[in-house]
Amino acid sequence: MIIKYSIQRLLMIIPVSLSISVFIFLIVHMLPGDPIDNLIRVGSSPADRIALIAKYGLDQSLFKQYIIWIGRIFTGDFGDAIVLRRPVADLIGQNLPYSLQLGALAFAFSSIVGLILGITAWAARNSWVEQVVKGFILLGSTVPGFWLALLMILLFSVTLGWFPVSGAKTWSSIVLPVLTIGFGGIALVARVTRVALLDVAREDFITLLHAKGLSRPVILFRHLLPHALLPVVTILALRIGWILGGAVTVEFVFGRPGLGSLLIRALGQRDYPVVQGCLLMLALAVMLGTLIGDITQAAMDPRIREASK
Amino acid sequence: MIAAISNSGFGRAFSTPLGVIAGGFLILLVVVALFAPWITPFDIALQDLDNRNTAPAWPHLMGTDEFGRDVLSRVIYGARTSLSVSATAIGISVTVGMILGAAAGYFGGMFERAVMTVVDLTWSFPDILIALIFVAILGPGLTSTMFAIAIAYLAQFTRLTRAQIVRLKQETFVEATINLGASPIHIVFRHLLPNALAPVIVVAMLAIGDGIVLEATLGFFGLGAQPPTPSWGAMMSSGTAQLFIAPWVIILPGVAIAITVIAVNLFGDELVRALDIRDRLRGS
Amino acid sequence: MMLRVDNLGVSIGSVRPLSGVSFNLGKGETVGIVGESGSGKSLTAMSVMGLLPLINGEITSGSINFDGTELTALSEAEYRLLRGGRIGLITQNPMTSLDPLKKIGPQIDVVARLHLGLGKRAARERTVELLGDLRISDPASIYHLYPHQMSGGMKQRIVIAMALAADPDLLIADEPTTALDVTVQAQIIRLLMDLVTDRNLSLLLITHDMSVVAQTCDKVVVMYAGTVVERGTVEAIFDSPHHPYTQALIGCIPRGLVGEMRLQGIDGTVPSVVHYPDGCRFHPRCSRAEDICATIVPELVETQNAAACHFANEET
Repeated sequence: MIIKYSIQRLLMIIPVSLSISVFIFLIVHMLPGDPIDNLIRVGSSPADRIALIAKYGLDQSLFKQYIIWIGRIFTGDFGDAIVLRRPVADLIGQNLPYSLQLGALAFAFSSIVGLILGITAWAARNSWVEQVVKGFILLGSTVPGFWLALLMILLFSVTLGWFPVSGAKTWSSIVLPVLTIGFGGIALVARVTRVALLDVAREDFITLLHAKGLSRPVILFRHLLPHALLPVVTILALRIGWILGGAVTVEFVFGRPGLGSLLIRALGQRDYPVVQGCLLMLALAVMLGTLIGDITQAAMDPRIREASK
Repeated sequence: MIAAISNSGFGRAFSTPLGVIAGGFLILLVVVALFAPWITPFDIALQDLDNRNTAPAWPHLMGTDEFGRDVLSRVIYGARTSLSVSATAIGISVTVGMILGAAAGYFGGMFERAVMTVVDLTWSFPDILIALIFVAILGPGLTSTMFAIAIAYLAQFTRLTRAQIVRLKQETFVEATINLGASPIHIVFRHLLPNALAPVIVVAMLAIGDGIVLEATLGFFGLGAQPPTPSWGAMMSSGTAQLFIAPWVIILPGVAIAITVIAVNLFGDELVRALDIRDRLRGS
Repeated sequence: MMLRVDNLGVSIGSVRPLSGVSFNLGKGETVGIVGESGSGKSLTAMSVMGLLPLINGEITSGSINFDGTELTALSEAEYRLLRGGRIGLITQNPMTSLDPLKKIGPQIDVVARLHLGLGKRAARERTVELLGDLRISDPASIYHLYPHQMSGGMKQRIVIAMALAADPDLLIADEPTTALDVTVQAQIIRLLMDLVTDRNLSLLLITHDMSVVAQTCDKVVVMYAGTVVERGTVEAIFDSPHHPYTQALIGCIPRGLVGEMRLQGIDGTVPSVVHYPDGCRFHPRCSRAEDICATIVPELVETQNAAACHFANEET
């Protein structure tokens, strides 16, 4: 049942992921100039160039080049960084844990606090509490992430001195980044939760639940929430990518190591092997997130499982 | 058709205090951006090295940056850049998106599924990531920014239009029109698109807001509009170095962005209420 | 007297959809509330159940007395004891009345567990037995199904089961067959009547179908535009209806052989809740109307039936 559905979704993800990889692969070829120049250091010896051509089959057709490239990716060879002269895989391996840490914490934080806030806003509807939460949601959805990060630094690091300005040395250095991403994440989750609850509460079966004599808390937690969580999970699955995007910005502003700051620096330095590697990993993360979201949805709603039989 | 829309729904969006404030601010912003060259108190390139990093005070109402340039004037010009870039990009996005969505909805079948899969894909990607991919390919600059904005929000318009088309296709009056011998193009333009227009306009507004933020973020990374084009993001980027000495260089443009986007969202809400299209926006 | 509704008035926001609603329901009786859509029938049911807050409504006048207890004076907690316990509700649309995410068995169990204090196992046995009473074959396996795996008629039986699970005294059925196929409708009606007899229930049956009323009810309450226009025993109402609306409603029942069947409608439409006509609310559509009807609201005149019409006492 669920396993079957999961496999179905997995199979659908594969062609999609491959298409994205093609796109990323083509980056180097869409830039002006010889692709080789984008993969190798300026001033390399002809011997180095020949070695590179051989390694990636740069003298062969695009299709073959892609096959070689993707083949190497599968064996863990992402090429070599131009500027730092190290295997890209190493760089990614070094930076990935930081991004994962930040992403996971931010996700958990946003989801939990966002859910609580959304439920509270709904339970206290037509009161000032709801208005306050709605205001917060508005702010959280509109304020630019990097600006918020800067404000946070200004307020908490500089003025109050509570947290370090940048880096990742101490555990406390993750607080501000998580809060910054969380600001937008909470707003999103709270908004969807609240709207979902409002929608479900209008359904006919809720009337019957009241007619059975069930109390409000029971109706909320046993019947309303499971329904409301469906769109929340959907949105979260779709927007996992968003959290990643927030992480990219935040890493850069706070000077944290991670895939995001690695990517942006590489873009500025035109270090394309690194750019490709990072983009691939990030894209993969988005796909995985979507997949997990889909499966979770199916696990929660028997109707979805039915529909795909 | 346009006259009908503006007389009815859009006008009503101004009937509440919130609508007036938000809408009014937006109109003011557009006017200011349009007339920037005549309004700005100072030349944006004018450096006044004796007055570097001064706090907001008369005559520099938003202070000066590290070159002594007037922040307020730069913010006003930044508005020009942000608005025009975002609006143009979204305009393209809307056009392409609506055509794609209409085609997908109308023809259905494999074509529809293919289009929607691709579109849903772009939707799950964070706009920042898409932007970075384009910057990787096209290099930094306004072109890649516009592409990024256009592609990042394309999905919304496609999905919206397709949903409307699918919905309306099932309405009996469309069946009747087809039976009377109308051509597909006539049906699409005369009957299907006008209904899809209202939600698309609202979503487009919100997308312009998001586009402004995206442009600023790229600018902050140094990957957006290149100097000397003023950009809200770039201003804040160069201001980071003076974070401790002259925080207003960072705070104030950010406030400008925040207020603009908030106004866009609030007015968008009012529009939805006035045009009564909440149900057509489900799932966006 | 199981249920006594006296001059009930209900408001939703600035609108007053119900006013002057009065009727009685004796123990073991079946009373039918008839009227077109928009007459306020469902709203009356919601009022008795105390569910008006769900639609932002409130009772602004009158009283509802259930077996000696004044319902309008109850707190929410006290009301909850009655709902599902002593008063059961059967809702209109079975397709949307069940929680799609949960199996139907537990949805029925919860009523017995809540109101009768039964444990899990006992409640389940009771539910399976109940499903059997409702003429569902193989109730033990049906117990584990999800709503979307059942037909409309089956789902409605589940809703009925939920209403009966705690052995209520009063059953309110809000248009129980409207959303069902014609063939299933008759089944459900028959089922309901048998249940009423077997368990000695008092039934408040809400419907827009006069023929159902004729088959099943002891007394009839005719509602129009938020108020009661006539009430009486079934025999009396069908034999000699006094209110023009009742007369028209009865006239709408398709009668006679196929060849001679004449469909009669009532001209005009039900007035909107926001703007009820002055005076007698039916007067714009009434063939008998005169000037007085537009200004003075007729009271329920006690004749053989109680009819709210200025000309109720005329010969029909």
